[in-house]
Amino acid sequence: MALAQIKVTATQARLDAMSLPEIGWSAVARADAQTRVAAMGLPVRRDEYWKYTRPDELTSPNVKSAKASVQDNASIFGSLGCLSIVFEDGVFNAEKSDKLEGTDISLELLSEVNDLDIHWALGLYGALETKGQTPVVRPLAALNTAYAREGLLMHVKGTVAKPISLVYIQNSDNDDVMLHHVIKLDKGASATILESGPAGARCNIVMETEIEDGASLNHVRAQGRNHKRRAATHLFARLNQESQFKSFTLTMNGALTRNEAFIEICGDDSVAHIAGASVGDGEFHHDDTVFVMHEALRGESRQVFKKVLRNGATGVFQGKILVKAGAQKTDGYQISQSLLLDDDSQFLAKPELEIYADDVVCSHGSTSGAIDEEAIFYLNSRGIPKLEATNLLTLAFLAEALSEVEDEDIAEVMERLLEDWLTRRL
Amino acid sequence: MLKIRNLKVSLEEEEKQILKGVDLTVEAGKVHAIMGPNGSGKSTLSYVLSGRDGYEVTDGSATLLDKDLLDMEPEERAASGLFLAFQYPVEIPGVGNMTFLRTAVNGQRKARGEEEMSAADFLKEVRAKAKSLKIDADMLKRPVNVGFSGGEKKRNEILQMAMLEPKMCILDETDSGLDVDAMKLVAQGVNALRDEGRAFLVITHYQRLLDHIKPDVVHIMVDGRIVKTGGPELALEVENNGYADILSEVM
Repeated sequence: MALAQIKVTATQARLDAMSLPEIGWSAVARADAQTRVAAMGLPVRRDEYWKYTRPDELTSPNVKSAKASVQDNASIFGSLGCLSIVFEDGVFNAEKSDKLEGTDISLELLSEVNDLDIHWALGLYGALETKGQTPVVRPLAALNTAYAREGLLMHVKGTVAKPISLVYIQNSDNDDVMLHHVIKLDKGASATILESGPAGARCNIVMETEIEDGASLNHVRAQGRNHKRRAATHLFARLNQESQFKSFTLTMNGALTRNEAFIEICGDDSVAHIAGASVGDGEFHHDDTVFVMHEALRGESRQVFKKVLRNGATGVFQGKILVKAGAQKTDGYQISQSLLLDDDSQFLAKPELEIYADDVVCSHGSTSGAIDEEAIFYLNSRGIPKLEATNLLTLAFLAEALSEVEDEDIAEVMERLLEDWLTRRL
Repeated sequence: MLKIRNLKVSLEEEEKQILKGVDLTVEAGKVHAIMGPNGSGKSTLSYVLSGRDGYEVTDGSATLLDKDLLDMEPEERAASGLFLAFQYPVEIPGVGNMTFLRTAVNGQRKARGEEEMSAADFLKEVRAKAKSLKIDADMLKRPVNVGFSGGEKKRNEILQMAMLEPKMCILDETDSGLDVDAMKLVAQGVNALRDEGRAFLVITHYQRLLDHIKPDVVHIMVDGRIVKTGGPELALEVENNGYADILSEVM
């Protein structure tokens, strides 16, 4: 189908404003991605997949200015003894980073390997993203594959206990940051990857993850506090046999966030959990768009998303479980819930199940509600003031999503951030 | 301790008068019981005293230790020493019982300008008090009242009362939904808290709770007023003859 002229014009305007990075090992992948973007066109409001979120500010050639404060850039996972890799306004900062080395792991930078031949990454860069373009297109991810100049290439060969922490610092008020990470876990390997910080006035981050048989990856992300920033992220994960992928995202503030995940369970007996807690005030638009595809036997997937919205904030959830023919004994679960702290906030949800196998268990639910006044009075009557009672109930509401973070230390960091947010909003 | 004068209360949403001039004085160290038929306004009285939304006080006053109760927020009333044991304790998913208790104890202490209780002291005290109410460690860990049986919920109310050490305790139909053994356990918990500086107002339909928590004074409430006051024998009279005799006597 031919693209509407308006879409062609807008897409061309954006592409004209950019240039492809130097030719290197990724040249073919980048050229292909550029062709894909031109063919798909960048998203517009009329696209069904963008019904609830205006893509304009994510696609426009110009970036709206967004100043990050010192607090917005404050270290989040610093206390956990991680291997930190710092990107400042989208550029790797060697001084602030730890040495990119470790046992059973190789860490390279996208900016530095352009002339090298990275075999393992060659087969992945842009490949999972390409796969994730069907059945629904994700043009911003293809745009990222074509133009991203920086990112981490991480190859995990064994059990890596130390979390790898990607820290995104934002100094510039109007930088358009693009990062493209590629992660591969060999058979039986395991690792934890963390992401934190505002990254840029606008950022587009893609993470492609291949998890081989019996491997396990934990991913935890704390999306930056900067009130004005805009972000589009894509998480592509392919799970092979008996592998595991657990991802949790905490989003606090931000003018616009679109977090997409495309999870492909293609090996038998694998487990994928995608969860998120987001809290927002006022000019806050947060969109979780998740697609889980079951192609193998006895796969288990969970999507748990909770949003706390107030002062006219908007939350969006588009979640899908697709069970292909033959993916028998699939166990799929999906829940999306919002807590609306006032009448001006809204939650828009589109939960979907599409099942072509006849022996599966899949359930989904979506709710939207106000705080329980009965519970508030009960707490008040025991001497707990209104604000503290509301905070207790808000944290309780988020508990199911937070419980998806297995590591206790990381979970505690998340909880502290949330408590902080609850007190700060005064 | 508690002084209520000519208290008149309507429902906020529909101008329906529920309390039509309640007069009641409860002295420190005493147990007062309020009995009355359904719809007489007993529960409304307990809610208005504890500060629940949805009621409008049109006349009269209520003071606790000479402080105006009606002027305070619910949490201030609690910090001033008022406690209501709910007829239907509220379930709060996601909030652990221990966290709840500790936040409440320290919230009240803070409001009174007292030092907060340390985690160790709190744990020691809550364990001892829970044990005497046959509340096990698991119940303390679970979310507040979630999945608790009727008896467990009521025992949990008494545990909160024991931890918060209020001066004026109102028990709203604490016997409802309890079997004889559970009722005895709850009554024991209440009796253990009786002392000279503390007063109780026990709201109930039936005499049987009063067999276990012996009242000093019994009031009969009918149609938003206290129509008769007497000793424990008044409760027995109700048990034997129902409210009909008293109703015909006062009408």
